[in-house]
Amino acid sequence: MLKSQFTARDWGSNPKYLSPSYKSTILRSPTKPLIPLKQTLSEITGPVFGHHSIKPLDNDLTQNGITDGREPLGERIIVSGKVIDEKGRPQRSTLIEIWQCNSAGRYIHSNDQHNAPLDPNFFGGGRCMTDENGYYKFYTIKPAAYPWGNHPNAWRPAHIHFSLFGPAYATRLITQSYFPGDPLLELDPIFMATPKSSRNLLIKQFSIGASEEGFALGYNFDFILRGPNATPMEN
Amino acid sequence: MSLKQTPSQTIGPFFSYGLTPEQSNYPNLSSLSTNSLLTGSTIGEEIRLEGRIFDGAGDIVSDAMIEIWQTDAEGRYPDQQSSGKTNSNFSGFGRCDTGVDSQNKYIFETIKPGQIDTETAPHINVTIFMRGLLLHVFTRIYFSDEGRSNSADAVLSTVPFDRQKTLIAKKVAGVTPVTYVFDVFLQGENETVFFDI
Ligand SMILES: [Fe+2]
Repeated sequence: MLKSQFTARDWGSNPKYLSPSYKSTILRSPTKPLIPLKQTLSEITGPVFGHHSIKPLDNDLTQNGITDGREPLGERIIVSGKVIDEKGRPQRSTLIEIWQCNSAGRYIHSNDQHNAPLDPNFFGGGRCMTDENGYYKFYTIKPAAYPWGNHPNAWRPAHIHFSLFGPAYATRLITQSYFPGDPLLELDPIFMATPKSSRNLLIKQFSIGASEEGFALGYNFDFILRGPNATPMEN
Repeated sequence: MSLKQTPSQTIGPFFSYGLTPEQSNYPNLSSLSTNSLLTGSTIGEEIRLEGRIFDGAGDIVSDAMIEIWQTDAEGRYPDQQSSGKTNSNFSGFGRCDTGVDSQNKYIFETIKPGQIDTETAPHINVTIFMRGLLLHVFTRIYFSDEGRSNSADAVLSTVPFDRQKTLIAKKVAGVTPVTYVFDVFLQGENETVFFDI
């Protein structure tokens, strides 16, 4: 069996571990240089999740948290796009998981102490698999900005958290996707820790084409994962 | 021409209702994977793997997610299992939220992985995410009772000798199930080796 190794992590596109304006990095970032590891079978294989593990409402956050028969409050949106590798090749049947706060800026997580209301009909978690052509789609409620304790008057810009696997252990990605035109972006130490040249890759694009008439506005967001490099390895 | 990779961002402190919902007591969503890799029909030596994650001040991290990826007892990853031999339907993958345990340990119930080939010692691949980590870290867990295969391991041998011990889980004497402890130090004198893979 021939399998390829994957291209390196794109260090020019990723934030550095230590970004002191994001205070939690100070005590949590590795201080010694990473040790290069020539990829083995362990890194080029990865967990497989079947389509059977996804339930019908798992990608619809406007429906999957209803507890009293009413829809969640806030602006319905559609977030869709494709997962590709660096060469543009679609990543089919890959798991995408999301979590977010509600339209008031409150997470259901018990550690979230923000004094904004919970919505009994909004849970904020979901998942789906990409189709044969690497496409995915979520229905949700537009999340709001929320305050956090990083510095005085600190606010996170509205965002959705995304978790992706891709084809291998090496292609794992967890990220956040933001909204275009948000004035909080340039004040946010997490977003700003990303090198300037790749920040645009974290911002959804409004798409009238992806919007559904009379129902919800659409945003496009694509993911670009590490891909196989040219040289196959034998195992 | 190559496209730029989507940058990583921190997992933040509020991931558990989306990524580890059942183990973290958010029953609205089922868990796709848990901290037990045992299916009831898994072949191999059952082990418990546990540890804590320490930050640079020596405080235990209570809001990390740790993922493991490993072979079955015969040294095969799940996508290699079609080749005749069988070992139930071992997923090889587990997830744990360190916020669940009262001492903020991560705990996995699994089987001891086998050996892939002569230059690879039994090991478990580990990915760690947390608030304050803008991108995840990769490490590996080797086993203290595999001295001979550890010394022949092609990856371990690239690690400076005095840091190799940070990658070796210690077997706890006289407990059932067989238990290995592997603590992670994000910083400091005993900083765990993290790999650029
Ligand atoms: Fe968040």
